[in-house]
Amino acid sequence: MSDGDSSDKDRGAPRRWAEGGPERLYVVTGGRNRPAERVALDLVALIVARGAPGPGAHPEQAAILRMCTNPLSVAEISAYLSLPASMVSVLVGDLIDGGQVEVRAPASAAALPQAAVLEAVIDGLSRI
Amino acid sequence: MRTGPPEEDTLSASTMAAVKVVIVGGFGVGKTTLVGSVSEIRPLTTEETMTQASVGVDELAGVESKTETTVAMDFGRISLNEELVLYLFGTPGQERFWFLWKGLFEGALGAVVLIDTRRLEVSFDVLGRLEERGVPFIVAVNTFPEAPKYPLEEIRAALDLPEPVPIVECDARDRADCRDTLLILMRYLYSLTVATTRER
Repeated sequence: MSDGDSSDKDRGAPRRWAEGGPERLYVVTGGRNRPAERVALDLVALIVARGAPGPGAHPEQAAILRMCTNPLSVAEISAYLSLPASMVSVLVGDLIDGGQVEVRAPASAAALPQAAVLEAVIDGLSRI
Repeated sequence: MRTGPPEEDTLSASTMAAVKVVIVGGFGVGKTTLVGSVSEIRPLTTEETMTQASVGVDELAGVESKTETTVAMDFGRISLNEELVLYLFGTPGQERFWFLWKGLFEGALGAVVLIDTRRLEVSFDVLGRLEERGVPFIVAVNTFPEAPKYPLEEIRAALDLPEPVPIVECDARDRADCRDTLLILMRYLYSLTVATTRER
């Protein structure tokens, strides 16, 4: 990676993400923490809250935590909050940093072979 | 503030991953109708703001005057099994809108290009853009009752559509038709995957 500056800056800072956790999928920007520099979450990344919002939580983020007791896509959060998906991506990004939500990556980005995914989709569609 | 999905629209806690398919077509071609026909939830809308003057300019540009347009994209959802869910996004045919939703086509399994035989010309660009992006697609002709009927092979020729790309008729209001269209897309994608694996 070519962002030598920010990794130098971060050197010595406590590690904010556990190795191998789902957050690792998201943290592809070398630990930079300005929201604008984050990679946008996929519209179909599924977000699951790890707990209830604490006191003093940002209202939109508290709403996200409340609606994500079961998995919910970034697109659905965007629709229910009437906020652009790009903004939801930033809000969820902060929740990821704080360890308050878990992200389930889209199947195409996960390790499953494409043929197995397609078979599952064909099976599922045949039943509706 | 809205509090999230109604009880019946809640996804199963066991859902582990999602996949997406993009339904591309011009205004009024029936994208939202198609999405609504197969979706298990009432179609939802996600909006982005398009800022005309600062598109592609660095983040500091924001001081000059600019016009803001809100662009909406409707989408629906189909739970495929306990662990996998499919999302369908109906997106406008104009490429300039595609950039509003980052990664809309990235990781998408494929696309359905929905066309109206009365306005075939608007579809040329869409097909070319999808090819450039390497997004596999099929073409579905929405069978509007008032639209003239043409043999599919004539439409294929008019669109200059290569032979392996499926072209089907689909009444966007009909759930079974829409499901079958998605199945044809999936089987086509499957054939591409198998072909790629064999080539290796």
